[in-house]
Amino acid sequence: MRMGTAPPEGAPAQLSQPARRLLGDLIRPHRARLALVAAVTVSTSVLAAGIPLFVAMALDTGLPRAADGDPGPLVGATAGFLAVAVLVSLGTFLGIRLNAALVQRMMFALRTRLFRHVQRLSIGYHERSTSGRLVSRQASDMESVQQFMAGALIQSVMALVTMVAIAVMLVWLDPLLALVVFAGFVPLTFLTIWANRRQRAAYRATRTTIARVIVHVVETMGGIRAVQAFRREQRGLERLDEEDAAYCQANTEALQGMAWYTGGTRLIGNLSLAVIVLLGGWLVIGGDTEVGVLAAFLLSLRRFYAPLDELVQAFNAYQSAAAALEKIAEVLSARPDVPEPVSPAGGTGDQADAAPEDQTGNVPEDRPGSAGRGEGDEASPRGESRGESLRGEVRFEDVSFRYSASGAEVLPAFSLHVPAGQTVAMVGATGAGKSTLAKLLCRFYDPAEGRITLDGTDLRDLPDRVLRRRIVMVTQESYLFSGSVADNIRIGNPDAGMAEVVRAAQAVGLHDFVESLPQGYETDVKRRGGRLSSGQRQLVAFARVFLADPDVIVLDEATASLDIPGERLVQAALERVLAGRTALIIAHRLSTVAIADRVLVMKRGRIVEDGTPAELVGAGGEFASLDAAWRETLV
Amino acid sequence: MLRPLLRLLPDLRPYRGAYTAVLVLTAVATVISLIIPVFVGWAIDGPIAHGDYAGLWLPVAAVTAIGLLEAAALLTRRMLAAPVSSRLEIAWRRRLYAHLQRMAVARHDSWESGQLLSRAVQDLSQLRRFVSFGAPFLLVTPLNIVVGLIILAVYSPVIALITLLCAVPTVVICTWLQRRFQLISRAVQDQNGELTTLVEESVQGIRIIKAFGRGETITARYAAQARRLWSTELERARLDAWLNIALILLPFLAIGVSLGYGTWQIVHGTMTPGALVAAITVMMFLRMPIEMLGFLLSDAYRSATAAIRHWEVVDTPIDITDPASPSSLPATDAPARVEFRDVRFRFPDAAADTLAGFSLVLEPGTTTALVGATGTGKTAVAALLPRLHDVTAGAVLLDGTDVRDLPLETLRRHVAVAFDEPILFSASVRENVALGSPEAGDDEVWAALEIAQAAAFVRELPEGLDTLIGEQGLSLSGGQRQRLSLARAILGRPRVLVLDDPLSAVDVTTEERVQERLRERLRQSTALVIAHRPSTAALADRVAVLEGGRIVDCAPHAELLRRSPAYRSLMGARELRQGDDAVSAGSTP
Repeated sequence: MRMGTAPPEGAPAQLSQPARRLLGDLIRPHRARLALVAAVTVSTSVLAAGIPLFVAMALDTGLPRAADGDPGPLVGATAGFLAVAVLVSLGTFLGIRLNAALVQRMMFALRTRLFRHVQRLSIGYHERSTSGRLVSRQASDMESVQQFMAGALIQSVMALVTMVAIAVMLVWLDPLLALVVFAGFVPLTFLTIWANRRQRAAYRATRTTIARVIVHVVETMGGIRAVQAFRREQRGLERLDEEDAAYCQANTEALQGMAWYTGGTRLIGNLSLAVIVLLGGWLVIGGDTEVGVLAAFLLSLRRFYAPLDELVQAFNAYQSAAAALEKIAEVLSARPDVPEPVSPAGGTGDQADAAPEDQTGNVPEDRPGSAGRGEGDEASPRGESRGESLRGEVRFEDVSFRYSASGAEVLPAFSLHVPAGQTVAMVGATGAGKSTLAKLLCRFYDPAEGRITLDGTDLRDLPDRVLRRRIVMVTQESYLFSGSVADNIRIGNPDAGMAEVVRAAQAVGLHDFVESLPQGYETDVKRRGGRLSSGQRQLVAFARVFLADPDVIVLDEATASLDIPGERLVQAALERVLAGRTALIIAHRLSTVAIADRVLVMKRGRIVEDGTPAELVGAGGEFASLDAAWRETLV
Repeated sequence: MLRPLLRLLPDLRPYRGAYTAVLVLTAVATVISLIIPVFVGWAIDGPIAHGDYAGLWLPVAAVTAIGLLEAAALLTRRMLAAPVSSRLEIAWRRRLYAHLQRMAVARHDSWESGQLLSRAVQDLSQLRRFVSFGAPFLLVTPLNIVVGLIILAVYSPVIALITLLCAVPTVVICTWLQRRFQLISRAVQDQNGELTTLVEESVQGIRIIKAFGRGETITARYAAQARRLWSTELERARLDAWLNIALILLPFLAIGVSLGYGTWQIVHGTMTPGALVAAITVMMFLRMPIEMLGFLLSDAYRSATAAIRHWEVVDTPIDITDPASPSSLPATDAPARVEFRDVRFRFPDAAADTLAGFSLVLEPGTTTALVGATGTGKTAVAALLPRLHDVTAGAVLLDGTDVRDLPLETLRRHVAVAFDEPILFSASVRENVALGSPEAGDDEVWAALEIAQAAAFVRELPEGLDTLIGEQGLSLSGGQRQRLSLARAILGRPRVLVLDDPLSAVDVTTEERVQERLRERLRQSTALVIAHRPSTAALADRVAVLEGGRIVDCAPHAELLRRSPAYRSLMGARELRQGDDAVSAGSTP
């Protein structure tokens, strides 16, 4: 029995406090349901364990009494057997359904909570942890938790209860014979401990080796053009053979370990059966026990040893679920580096539902609904103010910034004033700090010192919803989400009608291409045939901006994969449609600078040249030489 | 349904002996375990009933012997099956992989990447399990049930009949429920997959979601999808619950009825207690195989699906193959002459030709830039040279020989490509750069890295050339990846070099330095450079303008700039004139 009780005892000790608190959070609202599931499961297991009793009863009491002319006990035993069988199957039925209802409810809560939390974490967090890690937290780790809660948990409870119930019954039937059965448990326990240790390592080896095989297959298929063009087929096959040989080895070892374990348990089970027959027969002959008792023992024996197997599996499932829960709790305990303002400025009424109800998820009560009050009423929704005066004045005031506490300072005491409506181009070598500036303006990060204001309000005081509506950035990464072309453009404004979507596509010169797709705007972007080239993906990104209609537009190398006519078209459209808006354009290429009112040349976090393109060319500095080099290629 | 599985049989040939032993041992282990209760019954009715202590030894010895034998058979079967099934799995994967590597790029594009992976991994481990477990038991279980019924019939034909009457509906119900269970499990898997897709997108597209403040929208989408999964999971649990009722209730009903019948028979003296105990124990032992039959049938069904999916890939024809009677090229390292002769090309799923009447000659040692608007098929031209695609009509000639008449190995040794999206593998920098010429020495690798302006950052990597990069190693920036990809293409002095927009992700100053060095290197090959920017086009001796699937103009960069308004617009030079005015106007005051 020691083995049986080990997992639940050893378990909580391993679980860290955040993980335990998370588990508590998940279970607390469903305590009553949990109690119900436990009650049904336990009573079903106890009933199932007792079934052989009716056989014993029929043989030992029913038979002699029936021979004496009283069929009552015999009929009773048979009826009892049938009734318990019906109860057990009903109990199992109920147990499975109740458990599923409970687990799925909790999983839904956990899933949505983690997803929402990850969405709220700042870009800084996302850049520190790889996307793969955050995906596996939400996919495979979630899967382990669910597997344990939906299957292994109920299984191990049933297994434990079954074993205890059978043990009690056996002792009650015949303590001496029961002792023999328990004796079998001693080698079994050692075998199980050995197998558990060996198999855990073995299964880990199979998972690591198959993961390597998978990576190799994925890379080969993803890079098939390079594989074929550079004749890597032979080497690829050799590599597969290497990785697969390791996998084959690990897999064989794992399966053979399992062979020893199942062979061993069967051996112990069979031997104790033989001993029971011998000893039981001896006792029956001596009149110390009944044939029915012996039969009940024989019937219980296999049931008694079988749960060990399940417990081992459940223990493995528990371990991976516990590890997964730890990792999930770790993500959930991360706080966004760019928090929502406690008393937002320039708030609008519609952000009430964005109040930080469960930003931390743990203590929603601690946070009074501060979002709705304060200066929230003074500002009006956008649109009303447009036309009256220009909006989108941006100021950087003595902003300094570094990506990590130990890292180098990317921006030292940086100041810049961009009047509303101005188009500013920024040029400079990689690492000059241009992209950092863009990220700060979009509040992907907060400055270490100084402040950035939009129309006089510190960005940190603007609620996320307001900020995102007023400042929009397009980067060179042109990610498409699954769904139709129209859906993808609608990222800019989910409420936009089809006509607006089409207008946006027309503005950036994407319309004709979209029309040529099999289902036009409804074509799934990930489907073949409808595949978009990198230039076309970039145009989709621009079309989003047109729908979003912000006050400030930030373009970070956004035209890198467009050809020049495409870039020109987008720029012309930007100039026309977004006239009067503030724009910050970062570019490696001088062709992009064409529409700027003002050019900033940056070097190591400082502005070294500032003026209109013409002024800078005239001044003969860095910009002038870049400009000259570029012109050379055009003569 | 059986055919795809039977087609796998020849693969078992090397393991004939071992696998036959597995089948025999499976049969032995399951059948002899049914005999144990017979001896128990004998002990009860014989020695125990007669109070014969000494007589007990014989049945006990028999039970012990059978028990040992069963455990040994079980152990041996699994020990033998483990290496056989594991080796079969990797042999199948090798076949699949080898075939996929040779399959034309166009075919690859028509598979979803996840599809190929699940065929290479999940399907094959399903088949492995089927070989080591499903198939032997599927063969043995009916035998097992028949033997069990015979034993029961010897004790009491009525009990055998009761068992049979319960076994039939159990198997039928289980098979039916299992089939439905499988469908719903599939739905759960699919919905889980969709959920994961949403998660991936929400993490990979986080900058865009944040930039537009769409966190709530995508969270709502996710929640809706998670809710769908929730209800499907409940549906699955419902089926699972019914399946369990059938599996528990029916066998227990049979045992209960048999118990009543048997005891009644004992009272009437037509049956012995030992026989009843034996019969009930046999019935308990039979529960397993009867339950399993439903599972085994649906497992067989799943395995057949896996086999079908395997053959689907392996049977896909290889479109681009070595010629039946290959021509050979003269042994030379000199730059080759390349000719596109009236080439027509259409993507397999497209409605119209991408290239039509495309003709272009690349003289040995010259560099030609190919320019054209987005979507005109420049990348398709690049893919035709190393035969990643084949022309639909017309021909591509290398030194006068049709590329389709050359062995692929030879052709691809002479032609090197740098793709617009750089492809790196999980391997060392050295292996990645020397992909096409593994025999290249370190000095050659460094020389190529120098030209591509990648030497400096490679030197700073923790282990220099030996640093692991790619999915399992260090991640590099887009510009760095592109420069490695360029170094790879120029290494080994291919006779023909195709560079697809090789510097799009590289910043201006680096680009300038790369171009200085690249210009010299390009003279040693015949080069085709796909260009979006004037700086790239200026590398070339002449520029070919692609429009409407054909070359509409071809002349040196400066000349085209001078005389072609279309080209000026393509290179952004028209605005330059306006810009000039602006600059002069601006600088005058």
